[in-house]
Amino acid sequence: MTTVEEQLFMTEKEELISGSEAVAIACALADVDVITAYPIRPYDTVMQYVSQLKANGAFDCDFIVAESEHSQFEIVKHASSVGARTFCGSSGVGWFYAFEAIAVTAGLRLPVVAMVGNRALDDPGAFGVEHNDALAVRDLGWMLYWVATAQEALDMALMAWRIAEDPRAFLPMALSCDGSFLTHSQAIVNVPTQEQVNKFLPGYERGQLQLHPDNPITVAPQVNEDWLMEIRRQSNEAMSRTPGVIKEVYEEFKQVFGRGDPSPFLEEYMMDDDPDIVLMGMGTLALPVRVAIRRMREQGKKVGFVRLKFFRPFATEEVQEALGGAKAVAVIDRDYSFGSPSSGGVLFNEVRAALYPLDNRPHVVNFIAGLGGREVRVRDVEDMVDITQKAIDTGKVELECNWIGVRE
Amino acid sequence: MSTVAVEVVYRGIFQKTLARNIVRSIVFAARKEGKYGTAFGRYGDSPERNGIPAKQFAIVADDPEELEENLAVYEAQEVDVTINVDDTMCKGIESWAWYGLQPINALTKTGGTLIVTSRQDADALIEDIHQKDQPYNLSIMTSIPSFSGLWVYKDDHTDVRILGALAKVCPQLVSLESMVEAIQDQGWDDLKVRSAERSYDRTTSRPVEPGEGNQEEPFSFDLPGWTTMEEGIVIRGIEQGGGFRGGEEGYQPVRNSVFKKYSTRSMRPIVNFDTCIKCTLCWLQCPDTCFDVTPDGLYDANLESCCGCGVCEAVCPVADCVTMINEAEFNDNDSQYEMWQKDKDDYTQWMTSLIEKQKQVDRTHGFHHVGGYAEEIAEVAED
Repeated sequence: MTTVEEQLFMTEKEELISGSEAVAIACALADVDVITAYPIRPYDTVMQYVSQLKANGAFDCDFIVAESEHSQFEIVKHASSVGARTFCGSSGVGWFYAFEAIAVTAGLRLPVVAMVGNRALDDPGAFGVEHNDALAVRDLGWMLYWVATAQEALDMALMAWRIAEDPRAFLPMALSCDGSFLTHSQAIVNVPTQEQVNKFLPGYERGQLQLHPDNPITVAPQVNEDWLMEIRRQSNEAMSRTPGVIKEVYEEFKQVFGRGDPSPFLEEYMMDDDPDIVLMGMGTLALPVRVAIRRMREQGKKVGFVRLKFFRPFATEEVQEALGGAKAVAVIDRDYSFGSPSSGGVLFNEVRAALYPLDNRPHVVNFIAGLGGREVRVRDVEDMVDITQKAIDTGKVELECNWIGVRE
Repeated sequence: MSTVAVEVVYRGIFQKTLARNIVRSIVFAARKEGKYGTAFGRYGDSPERNGIPAKQFAIVADDPEELEENLAVYEAQEVDVTINVDDTMCKGIESWAWYGLQPINALTKTGGTLIVTSRQDADALIEDIHQKDQPYNLSIMTSIPSFSGLWVYKDDHTDVRILGALAKVCPQLVSLESMVEAIQDQGWDDLKVRSAERSYDRTTSRPVEPGEGNQEEPFSFDLPGWTTMEEGIVIRGIEQGGGFRGGEEGYQPVRNSVFKKYSTRSMRPIVNFDTCIKCTLCWLQCPDTCFDVTPDGLYDANLESCCGCGVCEAVCPVADCVTMINEAEFNDNDSQYEMWQKDKDDYTQWMTSLIEKQKQVDRTHGFHHVGGYAEEIAEVAED
């Protein structure tokens, strides 16, 4: 039985919760003002828990069940412009249905925080994880974070409002959570106290950009070619300021809550001895990859792993530094990009582009794996390393993009 | 190597098909002479708004490569002929996209020609047209402006009459024979061919000397850069305003200093201050907040912000109290209330004569475009 103290986050505690529940708890702790929901698996689990927390009195908010994803995102977009802290989310094609609002949210510099429960872009009704849904906003001014654990979901959600609502950024941020692996799997999570969160997360102040009768402004008048390029240039500048904001916020989070990685952008695993082969990927596939690396290390193979956490902003320098010393990099994509360079995945082509300016470029090999929620097995990872080793041995990448775990 | 560029300045939607017919026919006619051409609208004017000044262009060159050279610029920087199909735009044009006021002859090159459809004479038009430092020619095609709707086209032969006039003033573009062939090729009847030929015969032009014309500096402003614009696509509200002409009484809103809409207007309201019952409806319903409230509770239209929509006339319950008058009758945006205050008899006389004239002319206006097609066509028929 939950005590009132626990319910109101007066004491620190451990909970066995999913990534979705963790984000819901973060919504309560962050005292979000406006939350909009519309059901689609797997993200909808977060709304289930949010509504429960509200019903139980853990926090108060305007919880609006919209009639579509499009309305869902329109509502938070407008709420954010009047100074309300907002949360929203969707999955797969639901996220795409909201695209008109999603694109404009970034253009208008509104710090909406959304959870994307990563899901295949349907047909026929597939709901396993693929990253293409969230990746679709990569060029629009959304910050994109890939979560690997329930604890990280809670922590990064709290940081998300702090980063997005920083006036230097004022950009929306999406927390990408792998369907099933994160949204439906429960783990022990340390839930901080309200007092800690209050210390870390100030209220959202939109200042001179707040739409309010006392601050009469027009937001988004119709403009033409004489104006739009300047607006895009501003958004580019805002996005280029976000790495600085993220670093500051991350350091402060570590001080207040006492946990976190050395870098907000990358999680490095077994990278201390400059391994020959570095695997790279995003989200929950970190788990089988780490296990595989431990096995291969036992066999004497020098293999490490870099998990990219922020896809946007893309930490070019950090990635160059982490991967630049390797002989070969194996990029694992839980996504596809048909007809792209080398027919590779989205992450692969981004990483390869980031490494291009280096004097000594490692080989970059791509692996498409785990689509539609298919398991990425430990032995799949071992296969990837074997293929990558061959590139080192022969001095050339035979096949740049390899599909792993697909039936012939 | 010779390239000829023609622009058609027209009122959005109402004259869209007219402008298109003209620029397309030019390219067809040039093709008859083995030349290459292209016809296009200015994309910044699309989607068009009712009555907002917009442009279409025709560019004709001797060979495809030369044509490409000219298309490498987004919009022609100068044209051989400017065709203005509504004479009220002689006062200058501003599209809906915040550019400032562009003189109607801004792109007309030295020695080029400005063709205007009008029933005013040259002196009256030149009074409106901004002066240029270089000489050009003015050619008037006697006609009332041809206004249609989005889905209908009023085939009153304005298109072919313009084409005939164009062949006359710009023989280096195409010959009348080619123009006629192009008209026939489009399946238009012989009556239209005759209209083009007659227009060719009757067209004359008059040189306009440097410095001749409207001496006013057209309003303009510097567009802000990305470092000076507000972030978040935010435009700050302007002050609320205060008393009439800075006084204690009445009310006058502060207006946007760079976004003026009066070139949209082909008619303007004229107010009878003696019969006004102060019902507030014009002030309340005006979509552009263009009425100032005078100390004595009357309503004075601010003519820099009036877009000429005619809503005030439509809602006014008093006969002839607010009347929409052909914009061509005016040469300034002065306050009617101040004119009335200065000399009430004079004002009444002036106003009455304008209203009487308007009743006879019945110039159709896009916003309340009702009937009149048959009468108008009869009037311009030159047989």
